Amino acid sequence: MPKITYTQPDGVQSVVDVNEGDSVMRGAVLNGVPGIVAQCGGGASCGTCHVYVDENNTKPLPEMHPVEDELLHCTSSPRQDNSRLSCQLPVSAELDGLVVHVPETQI
Amino acid sequence: MSVVVIGAGQAGCQAAVSLREQGYRGPVTIVGDENVPPYQRPPLTKAYLAGDVDLDGVLVRPESFYAAHGIDLVLGDPAAAIAREDREVVLRSGLALRYSHLVLATGARPRTLPGALTLRTVADAEVLRERLHRPARALVIGAGFVGLEFAAVARTKGHEVTVVEALPRALARSVSPIVADHVVARHQERGVRVLLGAELSAPERGNADLVVAGIGVVPNVALAEDAGLTVDDGVVVDAHLRTDDPFIYAIGDCASFSSAFAGARIRLESVQNAMDQAACVAAGIMGSAEPYTAVPWFWSDQYDMKLQIAGITRGHDRTEVDGDPSSGRFAVYCYRGDRLLGVECVNKPAAFVQTRRRLAERQEFSVA
Repeated sequence: MPKITYTQPDGVQSVVDVNEGDSVMRGAVLNGVPGIVAQCGGGASCGTCHVYVDENNTKPLPEMHPVEDELLHCTSSPRQDNSRLSCQLPVSAELDGLVVHVPETQI
Repeated sequence: MSVVVIGAGQAGCQAAVSLREQGYRGPVTIVGDENVPPYQRPPLTKAYLAGDVDLDGVLVRPESFYAAHGIDLVLGDPAAAIAREDREVVLRSGLALRYSHLVLATGARPRTLPGALTLRTVADAEVLRERLHRPARALVIGAGFVGLEFAAVARTKGHEVTVVEALPRALARSVSPIVADHVVARHQERGVRVLLGAELSAPERGNADLVVAGIGVVPNVALAEDAGLTVDDGVVVDAHLRTDDPFIYAIGDCASFSSAFAGARIRLESVQNAMDQAACVAAGIMGSAEPYTAVPWFWSDQYDMKLQIAGITRGHDRTEVDGDPSSGRFAVYCYRGDRLLGVECVNKPAAFVQTRRRLAERQEFSVA
């Protein structure tokens, strides 16, 4: 299974095996990684699964849908160039080793 | 201390999860009627019904989570009685569970009609999903969220779909006429027959080979009632979601609470309410009780429409529309006098998130 790394604001890392096809968000929720709230359960409806993709990332991520783009304008922690909604990042073998940073706040 | 949660839906599961997240170390037991671990209901009328995800994809937590976190799941063995004087819950099998705190998360059950299927549980969704593998002439009774979401999936799969609603408009309990009309028009464009203010005729019914009723739910209050707790529509709770027994809480679809957003005592059937009430009760059990003041919100996906509602807009006397409904992207702000009650957004998520935050800030201000 692909491994995804979630880094907390204090630097603590969780390395989690995520099923292919599950999203980066669901990988966090199923494994109890704190800080990814995902109130809407993955519908790109709430903006509470915000992550910062690691700046050295070279793995291919899907294009951003306009709805995700709009939601990222009103996340609780400030948007950066590397902001994504983790529910919109489906995990595949290609993403094995992806590192994302969990923001300070989601709500 | 030991906590028993009756009900293994989203609210009951979250109550146990929140207790663990908040550092509670005592025993927690979740008691459920169904034989499946807690799952999310929203996908049942959407991705699950469409066949895009299976049971594993809708579970709130993987099955292994509960044992790993010291949460006992007792499934397929419904609670039969609450013995308040002994602080004990007795299950149908005769198993008795002692509690220091009891959380009622018993949910609701669909109203039924003879000859019509309902869509509430994963078992219901499984039946309908199978049924949609063959061509069907589907008749949906009730133009609420469940009926319309079912209609959207069935129509997308190419089935003939008719929706019959007794009231003169769709989603009458939930949204303003502007949004309701927009949603109905999108269904009609795609070939769904929508009959509003209509009596269900015998030929209409005779023509259908699949009849689904989406005519609302009834809260499960029998256990509470039998235990002598106050029930009025739902199980009556105070600002901290406690029933008249200080050791018993009620949360989620079954709880009747006083809402500042509605200006009345209400029940809310939503994931938001289930999750936030669960967290509120967990904090109360942990000794840091705060009144429940979370902003209500709700969503529905139908075709390419993402409908999101923040606040409770029922009872508004004035609306302001931002955006052009014909563009498929607009928000309806609903007011009573000068007071913003909430917003209903179609494909406009930023307006939703911003308004939700605005309502939360106002709420904090008025509580403080």
